[in-house]
Amino acid sequence: MNSAAMMPLALPHPSAPPGETRLLADWYTTGRPATLNDHLTRYGPPPVAAALGSRTSVPLVEAVEAAGLTGRGGAGFPTARKLRAVAERRGRAVVVVNAMESEPASCKDQFLSTVAPHLVLDGAVLAAAAVGADTVHICLPRDRATQHRQLSAALDERRRARLDPVRLRLQALPHPYVSSESTSLVRWLNGGPARPQGSPPRTHERGVHRRPTLVNNAETLAHLALIARYGPDWYRQAGTPDEPGTTLVTLSGAVAATGVLEAALGTSITTLLDRAGEPTEPLQAVLLGGFAGTWLPRAHLHTPLARRDLAPLGAAPGAGVLIALPRAACGLSETAQILAYLAAHSARQCGPCHLGLPAVAEDFTALAAGRADPGLLPRLRRRTGLLPDRGACRHPDGAARLAASALRAFADDVDHHLTHGPCPAAHQPPRIPIPPATPPETWR
Amino acid sequence: MTSTRSLRVNRITCTGQGLCAELLPELIDLDEWGYPLLKDRAVPDQLRTHARQAVAACPRLALHTDRGRP
Repeated sequence: MNSAAMMPLALPHPSAPPGETRLLADWYTTGRPATLNDHLTRYGPPPVAAALGSRTSVPLVEAVEAAGLTGRGGAGFPTARKLRAVAERRGRAVVVVNAMESEPASCKDQFLSTVAPHLVLDGAVLAAAAVGADTVHICLPRDRATQHRQLSAALDERRRARLDPVRLRLQALPHPYVSSESTSLVRWLNGGPARPQGSPPRTHERGVHRRPTLVNNAETLAHLALIARYGPDWYRQAGTPDEPGTTLVTLSGAVAATGVLEAALGTSITTLLDRAGEPTEPLQAVLLGGFAGTWLPRAHLHTPLARRDLAPLGAAPGAGVLIALPRAACGLSETAQILAYLAAHSARQCGPCHLGLPAVAEDFTALAAGRADPGLLPRLRRRTGLLPDRGACRHPDGAARLAASALRAFADDVDHHLTHGPCPAAHQPPRIPIPPATPPETWR
Repeated sequence: MTSTRSLRVNRITCTGQGLCAELLPELIDLDEWGYPLLKDRAVPDQLRTHARQAVAACPRLALHTDRGRP
């Protein structure tokens, strides 16, 4: 649904400073997806031999560490540490490209792998060289046939050109919300359901076919492909000293142009909204980080998109998802519907999640509808507080973050709904496109 | 030679039988559905025997103690 709902931005807004388009540079120049020929003309072949380090080059792991690259899939883990953890294990490793992007409000990985597939694939091949892997699995959701076709064509081009020293395999996975969790991918590749695995052994110790396994987000690998070519100093020319580089951002909701853009980390949320053609109506909040993210009230929209600045607000840049909520919408009923969706997408493996999430979602729905009993608010707060850190994955933590931030950001609305019943907007259909809250059909 | 131990619940295997909270109430509570809430992961020395008994008693083998601090 999100591919239809969100068309990529055609051009950068003139206010986008030069140097802030890297991954999307080709796209902005040509306006069409890069073929292998386009890609090789611009970047040359991936410097695979140099990735191992030599007299003239620094090993890729060190370059990535000096660049300060962090994962762009949401968690923001330092990429060099992941690479090193896998490289240090004995035996042939495996690389998994996570292009699942199951967050309904995100489409940056889909967009990136459409317009610059070879940057992502270069990154995967370079990472494979750096950690000693001979196989790369590219994991895509099964319901994105177009993306599958495009990447399949890109792989054919590379095969014909005999470009890569490793095997590259395209994999089509089921697409429930938690299937994009790294252990879900590993479990599915091993023949199991695409459900989170949790607990030790860690993926880097024993992952696909019991081999040390590196799982990286597609965008992260594309950044890595550029660091391998231009080095850490170049990479640090954008962003902040603490959080260098650029990031892809998916904007939706009440903005003139919804879609994907690239911006330096540390760009303020207001600037990002302006680059998406400014809000179409007065905003009351932005949902940052997607369905498992944090509501930021209007007063905080000047905050830079950077971990350090967002942490005091209980938020993080995450996978760069921004949803602008107009003042005319009801934040509580939007949140209630997102929570119902998240509850339906629990993998139903861990008690605290498969019992706790529906309970929280139900109370939130009652609150939004003005049907709250006197015990509702304390019960909701208590149950929300018991979700984090009690699952095999971070799904319950994300839902708790969303629920708690909604109670903070829409505190006045909570009071109003409790004392006077629902606001008029609560009866309107949701402004955020939310997939139906039905359990996934298959996990295999 | 003693080393610090910390509690860990395998949330997928745990089905909320609740024995752990009976045997180790100092460190484990249950939520409204009977699933364990770890009040503190670090096992103090005087509770090591109780912790070991709770680990052994779990019918799902879902409770573990790991070497090292939480």
